[in-house]
Amino acid sequence: MSRPLDPAEVRALIRRHRRWDLMFGILGLISLAIGILTLLTLFIDMAITGIPRLSAEFFTSFPSRRASQAGILSAWVGSILVMMVTAIVAVPLGIAGAVYLEEYARRNWLTDVIEINITNLAGVPSIIYGLLALGLFIYTFGLGQSILTAGLTLALLILPIVITTTREALRSIPQYIREGAYACGASRWQVIRHHLLPYGTPGILTGVIIGLSRAIGETAPIITIGALTFIAFLPPVPFTGEPPAGLFDWLNSPFTVMPIQIFNWTSRPDPAFHQNAAAASFVLVFMTLGMNALAIWLRYRLRKNIAW
Amino acid sequence: MVDQRSDDPSAALARYARARKKRILRERIIEGVLFLAACVSVLTTVGIVYVLLKESLVFFTKVPIWEFLTDTEWTPLFAEPRFGIWVLMSGTITSSLVALSIAIPLGTIIAIYLSEFAGHRTRETLKPILELLSGVPTIIYGYFALLFVTPLLQRIYPELPGFNVLSAGLVMGLMIIPYVSSLSEDAMRAVPMSLREGSYAMGATKLQTALFVVFPAALSGVASAYILGISRAVGETMILAVAAGMQPSLSFNPLEPAATITSYIVQVALGDLPHGSIGYQTIFAAGLSLLVLTLCFNLAGHWLRRRFREAY
Repeated sequence: MSRPLDPAEVRALIRRHRRWDLMFGILGLISLAIGILTLLTLFIDMAITGIPRLSAEFFTSFPSRRASQAGILSAWVGSILVMMVTAIVAVPLGIAGAVYLEEYARRNWLTDVIEINITNLAGVPSIIYGLLALGLFIYTFGLGQSILTAGLTLALLILPIVITTTREALRSIPQYIREGAYACGASRWQVIRHHLLPYGTPGILTGVIIGLSRAIGETAPIITIGALTFIAFLPPVPFTGEPPAGLFDWLNSPFTVMPIQIFNWTSRPDPAFHQNAAAASFVLVFMTLGMNALAIWLRYRLRKNIAW
Repeated sequence: MVDQRSDDPSAALARYARARKKRILRERIIEGVLFLAACVSVLTTVGIVYVLLKESLVFFTKVPIWEFLTDTEWTPLFAEPRFGIWVLMSGTITSSLVALSIAIPLGTIIAIYLSEFAGHRTRETLKPILELLSGVPTIIYGYFALLFVTPLLQRIYPELPGFNVLSAGLVMGLMIIPYVSSLSEDAMRAVPMSLREGSYAMGATKLQTALFVVFPAALSGVASAYILGISRAVGETMILAVAAGMQPSLSFNPLEPAATITSYIVQVALGDLPHGSIGYQTIFAAGLSLLVLTLCFNLAGHWLRRRFREAY
């Protein structure tokens, strides 16, 4: 047994440990600051380089060999059209899949397979989806390097995100809502249609928007399916061609999207194009962060109206 | 509503039975449709495996798998092609190691800080801001690595080439921080308060509690956060395609340009390879290697979660 410590030593010991606590606190703050400063530097660098190029013409011009005349018209139009296809495919499929897994699925091996599968798909690198699209959509189904192919590929990519967030939204609805509806004689589908889906909307919407904001920035799968980088025309305006076949002409059109345009400009040696890349990046970041902000705001707005 | 036939109870019953049958049928159909939607994810996996295996099998009939795993050159588009996947693998490993040497220490420190040291307000404001780091499209990080970080590094070390693994890896590491920190923090916050209280009651300080009580108790969650970070790093494409150059070389030196599995696929896809040529098949063989690699990490993650799970 060692001798008892005298109070001065104990105080010194406490001081030393307090100092360690303080040092770790500072270390934590520094680490956080590194992350946040990176983000700030990225934005500021992009803004300084890119903002001088942002003008109305930049949004209304096609890409060009001359950096000062090049614009992002075909890129942002392409991005929006591809996102439309992605949303139309991924949202119903994702919500339906999530409703099945959360409300219908029995505990059996098949359900386990589907669940493990969704978890694993979320970890598959995005470029693998590009290879899937290349082998399947382009060379097996013959869909070509079109808006439809890109939209479907990105829809499969964000499906796990939509499913997971929808399931969480459904799970957070209290059980007595379901029991109350069943007690009134509602069928299972009526419970889902009239109660669960409306109450789950904030969570589901958040998931959908986060998924789409991920999809709009994806570059690798779109490059893999061989999207062209020099597109100086617009796809036909959706749903305006000769009915019935002309309505869907836009789906088969070649296209380019924002990330591809940025990649193209970044990989050129001429610094004037780098300026264009910065300006386009600035627009793309605003699109993605704007979508994220919208998701947060929607969640906040819609949640306020529900009191369990 | 007054029904003329309502005085006849047997007809009413029959109508009720019909309506009931119709309703049951409708419910069955809806369940079937929802089930099919849930199966799309399984079909996606089947599709991925089918496409990768189909093209790779053709590839491996032309190139023996032994050669694929042991050759030290990767020159698939030359007149005398050589196919050594380790050349690309070395680029993937080097860049991932650079990224993880940033993301894991910083991510862990941030997680411990946010979960054990920071107040409620600090955590709720800083966590979403930090998560924006992983929301920025990776192509923009590629731009940032090539045109901001590389010139910055060249000021410190002038011999650094314009394309190098170091700056791509560093930026990739910064991007991965939120994946590591958010999941680790969730795991640490899930550790019951009673463990912390017990530790404080024994006279431990905050730091001692965090490092020797909370961190080990949350180890399974932290480990799966690390695994997620690793598989993000291995599968990252655009940062490397833009900033690391695309020159295959069997080297683990981060100061040189290198090609990774992912950036090789991008490089081939940018060119115009005919469907069915050996060059076209190489990207599927490379993709298969990548998928196997990430699958190994996922399995390791499952195993770690089971092995270190603490039940309270």
